[in-house]
Amino acid sequence: MVELVYLARLRDVFGSARETIELPEDISSVSGLLEWLRTRGGAWACELAPGRAVRVAVNHDVARGDTPLKAGDEVALFPPVTGG
Amino acid sequence: MPVRVQTEDFDISREIATLREGNAAVGAVASFVGIVRDLNDAARVSTLTLEHYPGMTEKALSAIADDAKRRWDLYDVLIVHRVGELKPTDQIVLVAVSSAHRGEAFAACHFVMDYLKTRAPFWKKERTPQGDRWVEARASDDDAMARWQERPERTHHTP
Repeated sequence: MVELVYLARLRDVFGSARETIELPEDISSVSGLLEWLRTRGGAWACELAPGRAVRVAVNHDVARGDTPLKAGDEVALFPPVTGG
Repeated sequence: MPVRVQTEDFDISREIATLREGNAAVGAVASFVGIVRDLNDAARVSTLTLEHYPGMTEKALSAIADDAKRRWDLYDVLIVHRVGELKPTDQIVLVAVSSAHRGEAFAACHFVMDYLKTRAPFWKKERTPQGDRWVEARASDDDAMARWQERPERTHHTP
């Protein structure tokens, strides 16, 4: 199981703050997860399309496409930050 | 090295007094305060709501403060960031840095703010007469942070 967290504008467009998913066996990295989420279509396909500015954190650390995923991870998806 | 995320306001004098308390070797404190403006991208802002990612926020702010301490000779770094609903003229963020000399304090304070702008998981939502809108990230913030990556460690502006 992997916990997905959606923040700020992405939470609004996905209509969900978090969900728990069973990670398909063939998915082992952040880019694989994003690709899989895009197959949901609609806002998912649009917001997570290649080239869109989506940031990902795994277990509270900034992640990249090749960051590995494993059961029990918390994966957050969010837009570029605007604090300060 | 204190890092705090809070809804309540902060008192700059008190925060700086605490930062340098009991350390007679501190010769300089540089601080930056970010404030909510009533105008952004040509729209009147009545309320600003700041959201963050609990857990990651504290970790990211601590990492930025640690990074500053590796780059310059500092005694301490304080970061206080507010979340929740804020109004124009409200204080949003405080960064204060103590060191022996002003050059390092100025540089480190600037560095922490530039990094915070692009690395710390905070998001702003504005309420304007046209409705609510999420604030878009600015490319100029990325540029400001990139400048520090070209600099060698232990840069002294004005020793």
